[in-house]
Amino acid sequence: MALTGVEIFKMLPKTNCKKCGFPTCLAYAMQLAQRKVSLDACPDVSEDAKQKLGDASAPPIRPITIGAGARAVKVGEETVMFRHEKKFVNPSILAIAIKDTESGDAVAAKINDCLTSEIDRVGQKLKIDALCLINESNDAGKFEALARAAAEKAPAVAVILSTENVDAAKAAISHFAGKKPLLYGATEANAEEMAKLAKASGASLGIKANGLDALSTLSDKVKGLGVEDIVLDAGAKTAKEMIEHNTYIRRAALKKGNKSLGYPMINIAIRENNMLETLIAGLGIAKYASVVVLSSAEKWKNLVMFTLRQNIYTDPQVPMQVEQKVYEIGNPQANSPLLVTTNFSLTYFIVAGEVENSKVPTWLAIMDCEGLSVLTAWAAGKFTASKIAAFIKESGVESKISNKELIIPGYVAILSGALEEKLEGWKITVGPREANALPSYLKSRTA
Amino acid sequence: MAFTPPKETNTGKVYSVTMGNGEKAVTVGGENVLPFHGFEGVVPNRPVIAFDVLDIAPVDWPDTVREVYAGVSDDPVKWAKYCVEKLNAKAVALRLASTHPDNGNRSAAEAAETVKKVLDAISVPLIILGSNHAEKDADVLVRAAEVAKGRNCVIGKAQEANYKTVAAAAMAHDHLLIAMSELDINLSKQLNIMITQLGFNKEKVIIDPMCSALGYGLEYTYTVMERIRLAALTQNDATMQQPILGDVGMYVWKIKEVSASEDILPAWGAMKERGIGWEAQTAAALLMAGAGLLIMRHPDAAAAVDAFITELM
Repeated sequence: MALTGVEIFKMLPKTNCKKCGFPTCLAYAMQLAQRKVSLDACPDVSEDAKQKLGDASAPPIRPITIGAGARAVKVGEETVMFRHEKKFVNPSILAIAIKDTESGDAVAAKINDCLTSEIDRVGQKLKIDALCLINESNDAGKFEALARAAAEKAPAVAVILSTENVDAAKAAISHFAGKKPLLYGATEANAEEMAKLAKASGASLGIKANGLDALSTLSDKVKGLGVEDIVLDAGAKTAKEMIEHNTYIRRAALKKGNKSLGYPMINIAIRENNMLETLIAGLGIAKYASVVVLSSAEKWKNLVMFTLRQNIYTDPQVPMQVEQKVYEIGNPQANSPLLVTTNFSLTYFIVAGEVENSKVPTWLAIMDCEGLSVLTAWAAGKFTASKIAAFIKESGVESKISNKELIIPGYVAILSGALEEKLEGWKITVGPREANALPSYLKSRTA
Repeated sequence: MAFTPPKETNTGKVYSVTMGNGEKAVTVGGENVLPFHGFEGVVPNRPVIAFDVLDIAPVDWPDTVREVYAGVSDDPVKWAKYCVEKLNAKAVALRLASTHPDNGNRSAAEAAETVKKVLDAISVPLIILGSNHAEKDADVLVRAAEVAKGRNCVIGKAQEANYKTVAAAAMAHDHLLIAMSELDINLSKQLNIMITQLGFNKEKVIIDPMCSALGYGLEYTYTVMERIRLAALTQNDATMQQPILGDVGMYVWKIKEVSASEDILPAWGAMKERGIGWEAQTAAALLMAGAGLLIMRHPDAAAAVDAFITELM
């Protein structure tokens, strides 16, 4: 049962040494009680207290790292069912499946797809995180050959080894010493040997069972065999089963304190129809999967999945911001209009979308207002005449345009006088209040 | 230890709303659990995908989706029939885009004529949308509701600025009503309350909390929908128990990701699949958040979403 902050405090050293990063032991205890921090942050806690606090302080969904080095990926540690409650913590890993029955060229092409998958979107670097090597042949030699190829060509990439064949697993895992692969293939039948192999290789262990009851039993079994890092698969074959399993597992861990299922989940999204596969992957991303396995990683598909993952894992309590700069929409020329607004991502997306709609090439100056919308930023003193003037001057846009005219949002019409004073030689024009009036506004200016 | 699934049952339920009439009528809503949670409650109806049809040839749609309708988009009647007969549309959304003052400014009478012709040509349920110009829509939708009497259409969108007129027209002619607000659960709730205070039946409303495309604020729409559904189910909030609309196509088919060619942005991959995938993923995400009615444009995207629904039900 969960302990209260005060109960935890009684077991801490009470030295207020601040080594944990909190001002007092009590403050730290409160954070422990809410499972926001780990007990590892306290260097002086006694072994006895560790034992007692271990269960209470452990996050409800265990954090697990797959891979090592710069491309290691962390999953788990989730704390809520719905993203409005609190940020989803560690984004789902996307993995491309490669079967050991595929040709050398196909294998090389998929590894290359993974290595070249990185895309920059709204300031974040997004990519395919892992390779999932599948022992389709059930042959140890073939699986090892695939493992060797992956280890050679993509040495930094996190790897998932999917096999229920212990000999094949042994042969393949030898190529990932020190690289924390996910050994995905412990079942009721092979649990002892797989657990042993995972422990000996420093791998996390993916366990597969048919249904949640069997999975829960298997989880307890491998934990009893000394495996700590577990990834769950209840054998979902359809989207219907996926949402059922994933919801029950997440709920059991978060709301019932179920330790047997307090681990990240893996889902296989592979489908014949690639478009459907993309949507199934989306289901995994939105509904609690920590690892989603795909059959392919075309660039268009990656962009769709990466963007969804970014949207779902955005912190709902921190306004999403876009970079401060003058955006060029539709190849603007010297005589194109110049608009200014704030860097709240929704403001940017809606304004940029409507400007695109207008088909009028436009300079769109996006000013850093800490992610606030126009009226809020104005009220908070972040979108004022002097700050806008300073931003426009420093942006260098002046050298790109022929007539110095700045169009401001209709909601801050009140700023136009002050802006004309601060921006000498500029004409300040009041634009529409709402973005949806921009297309007709921009078109009428050029007409 | 045996595992007991932590089922959660709810006190609230989403209203079942039937659109259209006769054999082709469709019903959405009716569930007493979160989207696709058939394992712990009742999900009686599949979400419905309506195909977007404009009353004017769409000059600004990207080629990927414009080409699909190239032979029929000059005439809304042909277009609507094509959607029903060739694309197997279960519902059609007729968008009276040409009534917008900046897009032809066709009169309410002309628009009503179009509505009548389309209704005569199809028997699936019809969603009748204005041009999203609150003032003009009030005129246009009043006439449209009148000529559509007896067909149990969905009229929209009623928003804060015009809801009295639009709701009155829908009520007078026995139609359903879309209530649209801007990405805020409280605004949505408030509009629903104001509409029902006019005497409009709360079980004939469809909520549009405003759509946004994947990558362009989707997380806001997703979360507002999710919160509306949670309020309806877990708090039994009768003002939030209407089915939700995701007006997906019009938000997706204007952004850069669906129209920038691979030549310009090789890192983004094949443009056609990207566009279709974008619309399909936006729609699929909103289904997971609680949408029960979608308006979509590309038939391949709609087909993928349909297959997704089939796998989930």
